[in-house]
Amino acid sequence: MWTWIHKLGSPPHFYRIATRLTPWFGWAALLLIVAGIYGGLYVAPTDYQQLDGFRIIYVHVPSASLSLFIYVNMALAAAVGLVWRIKLAHAIAAACAPIGASFTFLALATGSIWAKPMWGTWWVWDARLTSELVLLFLYFGYMALRAAIDDENRADRASALLAIIGVINVPIIKYSVDWWNTLHQPATLSKLGKPSMDPDMLIWLLMMLAGFMCFFAAVVLTRARAEVLLRARDQRWVRQALEGR
Amino acid sequence: MKARHQRLMAIGLVLVGLGLGTTFLLRAMNENILFYYSPSQVAAGEPPEGRRFRVGGLVVNGSVDRVPGDLEVHFVLTDNAKTVPVVYSGILPDLFREGQGIIAHGEMTQDGSFRADEVLAKHDENYMPPEVEDSLKQVHGGSET
Repeated sequence: MWTWIHKLGSPPHFYRIATRLTPWFGWAALLLIVAGIYGGLYVAPTDYQQLDGFRIIYVHVPSASLSLFIYVNMALAAAVGLVWRIKLAHAIAAACAPIGASFTFLALATGSIWAKPMWGTWWVWDARLTSELVLLFLYFGYMALRAAIDDENRADRASALLAIIGVINVPIIKYSVDWWNTLHQPATLSKLGKPSMDPDMLIWLLMMLAGFMCFFAAVVLTRARAEVLLRARDQRWVRQALEGR
Repeated sequence: MKARHQRLMAIGLVLVGLGLGTTFLLRAMNENILFYYSPSQVAAGEPPEGRRFRVGGLVVNGSVDRVPGDLEVHFVLTDNAKTVPVVYSGILPDLFREGQGIIAHGEMTQDGSFRADEVLAKHDENYMPPEVEDSLKQVHGGSET
């Protein structure tokens, strides 16, 4: 078990495995998202109150879930890198940030578009929306901090600390709708027990969520591979790996 | 203790400390994070006097009264305990209807009604097709009679 993990921590080995896994996740993502979008936009019944307007949920909810999931991943990778001094973990954390920021932006944008007709406003400063906006700035801060420090090791350590401290925001976002009176509704998914959504609508949402997860896996592996190559650019295995293609 | 255990401990302590700090901070600011007050809180005089605030509740069935030829609309908000009458002039959101959760932003007037300049519809977390809602209503109506 431990030797397997240690082996995975070595950049050439990780590079090989990631190269092999990426297309699987990529194709799975494409299939799931295409099927999910078709099902969500054409097959799923309309909502009793919002009619067709509810269908933006098929992008909004998976994006919002992923924005939190990716942050936790990034912070975990950063913590592993900080504690065990594994550079590969830092590379993975760095690869996560722009993807997480994109999903956060997508969640905020789709939410805003939905909110204008449904709530009657583009934006309100309630606890859920504000904490999700803070998440976007955490991602930006993480990326800016990395970019601002030239020395790779120092950039790794400083940004890892920021990522770990920012984890505090994740439970605040998740439970903001339960702890405070917010305009944003409580969670439809991820409640223990029965979800508050009709099964005919829910199945497509779960499909989109799985598709987004696979998409994230494919993109983060690709980005991490590029990051690993960049960091090991003057080592022999990199030349061999690139020539062997 | 190995160096990496020390680092692990340090990260754990930082997170525990930050978590505690944030908890106390948020508890202290609880009043300001509340997006709206319920009609019961309004009746108990909790909202700051002479300041604008938000009140949230359900629109009482049959209370919506539109002034003909004008945008002005009167309705009553309830949390099933207390009620607040609201006056609003403007465009209502799509989801505004009787029985719907609504959040109004404005201030109390002398006569005890709430003068709103913004009305937002609060949506709940339930999603279902119209047929399901109809059958739910029938079951519900059947059990009441």
